Amino acid sequence: MSNVPGDLHYARSHEWVRELPDGSVEIGISDHAQHALGDLVFVEAPAVGRTLEPGEACAVVESVKAASDVYSPVGGVVLAINEALVKAPELINQDPYGAGWIWRLRPAAALAGAGLLDASTYAAVAAAG
Amino acid sequence: MSAKPAPCEPLIYDYGRPGRGAQSQWPAAEAAPPAIPAALRRAQPPCLPEVSELDAVRHYTRLSQLNFSIDTHFYPLGSCTMKYNPRACNAAALLPEFLGRHPLASARHSQGFLTCMYELQELLKEVTGMQGVALTPMAGAHGEFAGVAMIRAYHRSRGDLARNEIIVPAAAHGTNPATATMCGCVAREVAVGADGDVDLEALRTALGPQTAGIMLTNPSTLGVFERRIEEVARLVHEAGGLLYYDGANLNAILGKVRPGDMGFDVIHMNLHKTFSTPHGGGGPGAGAVGVGPRLLPFMPQPVVGRSIEEGAAHFHWLGTQELPQSIGRLAGFMGNAGVLLRAYVYMRMLGRAGMSRVGEFATLNSNYLLKRLQQAGFTAAYPQRRASHEFIITLKPQLQEQGVSAMDVAKRLLDFGFHAPTTYFPQLVPECLLIEPTETESKETLDAFVAAMSEVLREAATTPETLRTAPHRMPVRRLDDVRAARELDLAHRPAS
Amino acid sequence: MPFIPHTAADVQEMLAAIGVSEVEALFDEIPAALRVRSLERIPEGMNEQQVLQLMQQRASQDGRPLNFIGAGAYEHHIPAAVWAIITRGEFYSAYTPYQAEASQGTLQSIYEFQSMITALTGMEVANASMYDGATAVAEACLMAVRANRRSQSARILMPRSVHPNYRAVTQAMTGNQGLKLEEQAYVRERGQTSLTALAPLAGQDLTALVIQQPNFFGVLEDVDALCDWAHAQGAVVIAVVNPTSLALLKPPGQWGQRGADIVVGEGQPLGCPLSSGGPYFGFMATRQEYVRQMPGRIVGRTVDLDGRPGFTLTLQAREQHIRRGKATSNICTNQGLLMMAGTIYLGLMGAGGLERVATACMARTAELVAALTRLPGVRPGFSSARFHEAVLLLERPVAPILETLSAAGIEGGLDLAPWYPELGPALLVCATEMRSSADIATYAAALGKALAGVRAA
Repeated sequence: MSNVPGDLHYARSHEWVRELPDGSVEIGISDHAQHALGDLVFVEAPAVGRTLEPGEACAVVESVKAASDVYSPVGGVVLAINEALVKAPELINQDPYGAGWIWRLRPAAALAGAGLLDASTYAAVAAAG
Repeated sequence: MSAKPAPCEPLIYDYGRPGRGAQSQWPAAEAAPPAIPAALRRAQPPCLPEVSELDAVRHYTRLSQLNFSIDTHFYPLGSCTMKYNPRACNAAALLPEFLGRHPLASARHSQGFLTCMYELQELLKEVTGMQGVALTPMAGAHGEFAGVAMIRAYHRSRGDLARNEIIVPAAAHGTNPATATMCGCVAREVAVGADGDVDLEALRTALGPQTAGIMLTNPSTLGVFERRIEEVARLVHEAGGLLYYDGANLNAILGKVRPGDMGFDVIHMNLHKTFSTPHGGGGPGAGAVGVGPRLLPFMPQPVVGRSIEEGAAHFHWLGTQELPQSIGRLAGFMGNAGVLLRAYVYMRMLGRAGMSRVGEFATLNSNYLLKRLQQAGFTAAYPQRRASHEFIITLKPQLQEQGVSAMDVAKRLLDFGFHAPTTYFPQLVPECLLIEPTETESKETLDAFVAAMSEVLREAATTPETLRTAPHRMPVRRLDDVRAARELDLAHRPAS
Repeated sequence: MPFIPHTAADVQEMLAAIGVSEVEALFDEIPAALRVRSLERIPEGMNEQQVLQLMQQRASQDGRPLNFIGAGAYEHHIPAAVWAIITRGEFYSAYTPYQAEASQGTLQSIYEFQSMITALTGMEVANASMYDGATAVAEACLMAVRANRRSQSARILMPRSVHPNYRAVTQAMTGNQGLKLEEQAYVRERGQTSLTALAPLAGQDLTALVIQQPNFFGVLEDVDALCDWAHAQGAVVIAVVNPTSLALLKPPGQWGQRGADIVVGEGQPLGCPLSSGGPYFGFMATRQEYVRQMPGRIVGRTVDLDGRPGFTLTLQAREQHIRRGKATSNICTNQGLLMMAGTIYLGLMGAGGLERVATACMARTAELVAALTRLPGVRPGFSSARFHEAVLLLERPVAPILETLSAAGIEGGLDLAPWYPELGPALLVCATEMRSSADIATYAAALGKALAGVRAA
């Protein structure tokens, strides 16, 4: 039974999106995803300033048993990445929706048209495995 | 408060003392210093061990004693074919004339060696039903690269440039899609049915003008024979693609079925599996490739050719001139010659009848072991199918009931003196053990393995914690691989 | 039945347990049309005595000529202990160390090997081996493309003074992935890569420069200038080195201002016999920052549940069995046993022994060159400093000379005509510590006779 906060948007590929007051968004991977991966050992985040397409594979999260691509749920420009993950990738395991955020983005288009899932829809996706 | 436990064996560096050395190994000093320009001279000697010969011998001998190996333990690793490595093969390969021969030696001083290589090519052709064999790829993955590169070259030579997709079953070994990428192709997965065979409908959908070929193992990585292989071959050929055979499981059908007869256009063989060359702790292997008529012109060079000179057979290398469409050279010289010699000796010892006995007894041992394990309470992944030379059991029931995983069972088996079977491959079957006994193991060994597995199953029900913290009787306990990846310590750094 | 222990009684019991009456029934899922009738072209089996007699006969046919060929495979003395230890069953018949607790012997050996390679090359991390030096160069080029984020061109500058087989293998293994190998000229008099010829490329998008030291001709390259030039263009430097030479030569980690980025080479000189070209092993080392781009297995030190130090494979997420289509390489089995030979060799020789070997090889080759160039019609090919190989120029085609020498039981060297026709008749010769002054005199006498014989005709 994984944690799925109600105030976030989700992608089918297990990323979450948080809208920030200044119009940018924060992105990370879900509790379900971090649990499936196991203890994370390394995170490769997209470069600041890079323009991402919606659905583009732009980051890699690596555990002992897997290295998974992370897909950008929305398109836009990368504003910042979470430097704390360099020394402490386990933040994603400990706090996937808070301290484990991976990057912030200025979306190129309104979120409404991005096909994101709400919490209950995503919870069903995650439960189905 | 307890002291930190000591390592099983110190590092070789820890035996060192300044000025110590194995001086009977050192050439005499030269009168004059070497003529190296000052700017290119090394300022500090490299930090290498300074140990006596006895210390080095003791150290590495003691390290060897920390290993499991075929020579010491039953090693039923699925898809690895851990059969006995006959010592005669080693003795032959270490004959001084073979050992001391330079790869670029003149033809006059190469005929004995080249005769063995030519005959090996011929033996492999016959046992696989292919028309050409090239010996230079140095491992299975290297052979896969050669195979897919040849397929690509074939289509290109016919102007068929759009064909860049390689179809791979969902159960395939990771080297298959990795190889597709290395050849500039795209891997496209097709589903495998619940019965273990490739889903023909999914295959039909995947086939098209973009199809370069399909990579298959038969028997598959699920341990079962692809029953509709002739249909698969027909569909792929009709769509204009070629069939690649991953020979990792050749041991199951050696002498019983030939990949060439199944319709495969190109194969690789793992000589370090099927033909019993030593695994060596991670190689060297040899991934010889076999080809059908379509791909003969593209074989990697060099290949041994035979001619008649003054009434006698003469052997020589065929290179760019004779193989102008070759995909090129894949090794610095001609590949793992010493491994090839060992495989040649093994095949000569087996002979015609011995080949099919390999397939028969590998399959007998596998089916017997599967039956006994089922009787002991284990769940087969494909109970309705015949086992090939290997089979899968799934520990998902145990995981669900007792929280014990395939990894835990594998670690506990070490305590009973058995190397664990392959775990977590194929990825399609959750919590699986892929078990391959091979034909060189006796019934008593198999029975002892069943007894150990039964004991582990009992422990899973009564004392699962024993499994979760296993192994208990090995030189080290379970190792922290998360720490190994997070805090990288990949080389000894001497105290300055 | 060779290697199969089953008695008839065993077979009956096993068939009964399975529930079939004969072994053939176990193959009933296989279409009858596919079953082999008979393997006619395979001869009857042989017992151990017979096969060893056959192999002895074949070996005797080839004999043991006096060897002066180098060209990427070098004859060195291998301490007897090396092969005594690696042919122990615990090393010889062990598998890849996936179950770490059952493989500490192999894993610790690999860790020691990685340590020794980083020490020799002056780099920070090394892997557990590649197939050979040639394929290691190919993998290094692919790695350079991954690691050099600033470059988009995938252009690899490949000097002609790099071993022709290494260049051919790199082309065969990287051509399908869009890499462009661009040949670079060498300076005719010196046998070194030409900085002048590189100059027009300055400022272009270049992914990597390959520098072999010593190069295929045995000549010492101006590695500092080449390394700095490449870095000034934003290119990654791939060093291809001879491990024996590293006892005497500045290691690639210290080339130029910043050092090389990726180092590879052929490990054969370290404990591997010539054995007709293999098995050998390739080695690879790099900077810490590139470790995740490096293909192949890597061993790391860690602790177990009790805090006891131990070793395990690490960073496996880059490898084929996990990353599959996006793996750094498809490499799985590598050259483990030979890497062990290299480790034990270096453990026995140490820096002191390796330096003696390197110095002796340079001295013997200098002696060989002096002896041969005293003969009329033989002159040195290049004026530069060299390690333990040399190019000699003759006035007659080399191939017939080598044939005459071969008939006299001497492998005289490598004819360079197939790869470097612009040199005219050219021969690459090598004398290691295994060649005595008497051997060199034998060669000189035989060559003198061979040259005189040709002239007389």
